[in-house]
Amino acid sequence: MSEAKPLPVVDFLKIPEDGDPYLEGYRCKKCGSIYLGERNVCSKCFARDEMEVIKLSETGILHSYAIVFRSFPGIDVPYISAIVDLDEGGTIKGNLINIDPDPDKIEFNMPVKITYGDALGRKDKEGNSYLSYFFEPA
Amino acid sequence: MSDVYVMGVDMIKFGRFPDRSVPNIGAEAALMALDDAGLGIQDMQALYCGNLGQANAMVGQRILQEIGQTGMPVVNVANACATGATAFREAWMSIKAGMYDVVLAVGVEQMGKGLLGGAGGGEGIPKEGLLGSGTMPCVFAEAGMEHTKEYGTTFEQFAKISVKNHHHSTMNPKAMYQIETPLDEVMNAEMISYPNTKLMCSVNVDGSAAAVLVSEKKARELGMSRAVKVRASAMASDPYTDRDLVMPDVNACTRLAAKDAYEQAGIGPEDVNLVELHDCFATAEMLHYENLGLCKDGEAGRMIDEGHVELGGKVPVNVSGGLLSKGHPLGATGIANIYEVCTHLRGEAGARQVEGAKIGMTHVIGLGTACGIHILEKTN
Repeated sequence: MSEAKPLPVVDFLKIPEDGDPYLEGYRCKKCGSIYLGERNVCSKCFARDEMEVIKLSETGILHSYAIVFRSFPGIDVPYISAIVDLDEGGTIKGNLINIDPDPDKIEFNMPVKITYGDALGRKDKEGNSYLSYFFEPA
Repeated sequence: MSDVYVMGVDMIKFGRFPDRSVPNIGAEAALMALDDAGLGIQDMQALYCGNLGQANAMVGQRILQEIGQTGMPVVNVANACATGATAFREAWMSIKAGMYDVVLAVGVEQMGKGLLGGAGGGEGIPKEGLLGSGTMPCVFAEAGMEHTKEYGTTFEQFAKISVKNHHHSTMNPKAMYQIETPLDEVMNAEMISYPNTKLMCSVNVDGSAAAVLVSEKKARELGMSRAVKVRASAMASDPYTDRDLVMPDVNACTRLAAKDAYEQAGIGPEDVNLVELHDCFATAEMLHYENLGLCKDGEAGRMIDEGHVELGGKVPVNVSGGLLSKGHPLGATGIANIYEVCTHLRGEAGARQVEGAKIGMTHVIGLGTACGIHILEKTN
């Protein structure tokens, strides 16, 4: 099998042919609300056809989190499920890595940055690899 | 518009009934509520049935196949964990609209064991544990940690809520469990999603609850002595908030529904004598003290520390044992909590009776999001 390019784990993760991966958002030109994934109508201000495509920031702060010790069978635990407010708007959720899963070590509002890497070795039915995003302390 | 009264209401003891069917479990509560009202199925003009797990399988009609097929209109509703409250509210609205004088609302659920929720599905690869967690204990832990961030709320304070609700359930024979859980036991139980330990997660059980709702005219005809007046029925979905794409917002919609409910009833939070609120996780209950206006923002930790929400306190919360110990059969929960409040307003709650209760509130949240709130009042 040839060395196939990994697929994006979610639609809003973009992998350009030549260039670095990034996260894409849709921003309402009327009110500035930011969405993940394509949409035409703003659910905040109801404006139609006012969405513009933007690159989301690669940095942000930790808004909230939980430390998951019990998940579904086959999922490695513990891990930190994190909610991150991006510096230029938008909020995304993901795993916070490269820090102990210990509430004494994790600080609210701590700066984090987005990194990209293989999706923990997970492959789909066709054997495709996936690229995912993660957060790590900045 | 006619006032609406609960004339009959009951629930089965929650438990695990893998050998029974969903309609069979629902039928039991329906018959109990009819008996409580002193009426028969032939007296009902419509049935509103709430169930989530078999939302496409005509559970309401199948209940009637077990207890009486009169040909009445049946509406099956599904609204996540607000399903039961939605069925009750649809029944309430049908009387408010002047369509009917006597209707039946049933909520029923048969649950498996284990975790609910899960991040992402369908396409590609599983996202759980890769893009955070969509398990319910985690989602509500993240919501609770927002409160920690804002007000310094501690793991111990969250855990105390579970101690309280488990204590309350020792006085409720219809609860799944009647077991005291001291603080150290709650805090040292298996950690599921920090800060929710296993004893801070609601119990997945099977159960059903039902209510007979009537118009004022019908209530007078039947006798008011045990009737409970529905002072408010409010429902809200989640309004836009900045993070709700990734963080289901249980706060904003509860605040919206609570505001509507208090306005409908013409009362304030200080007039409420007991509350059954949606403690799907200990972290969730903490948020709703503030969301329902039982205290000011930032004071929820004090509410539990100072005992204001215990039986005997200023405003007892979840004296039934709550979802944490009574159990949480999703579609039944929103009527079971109405049964609990009515039982107190009727002065029939035994050891856990909230003395002198005149007004009570019920609250449920279904993620996605639906919030249902009812305010109920003693009639005499």
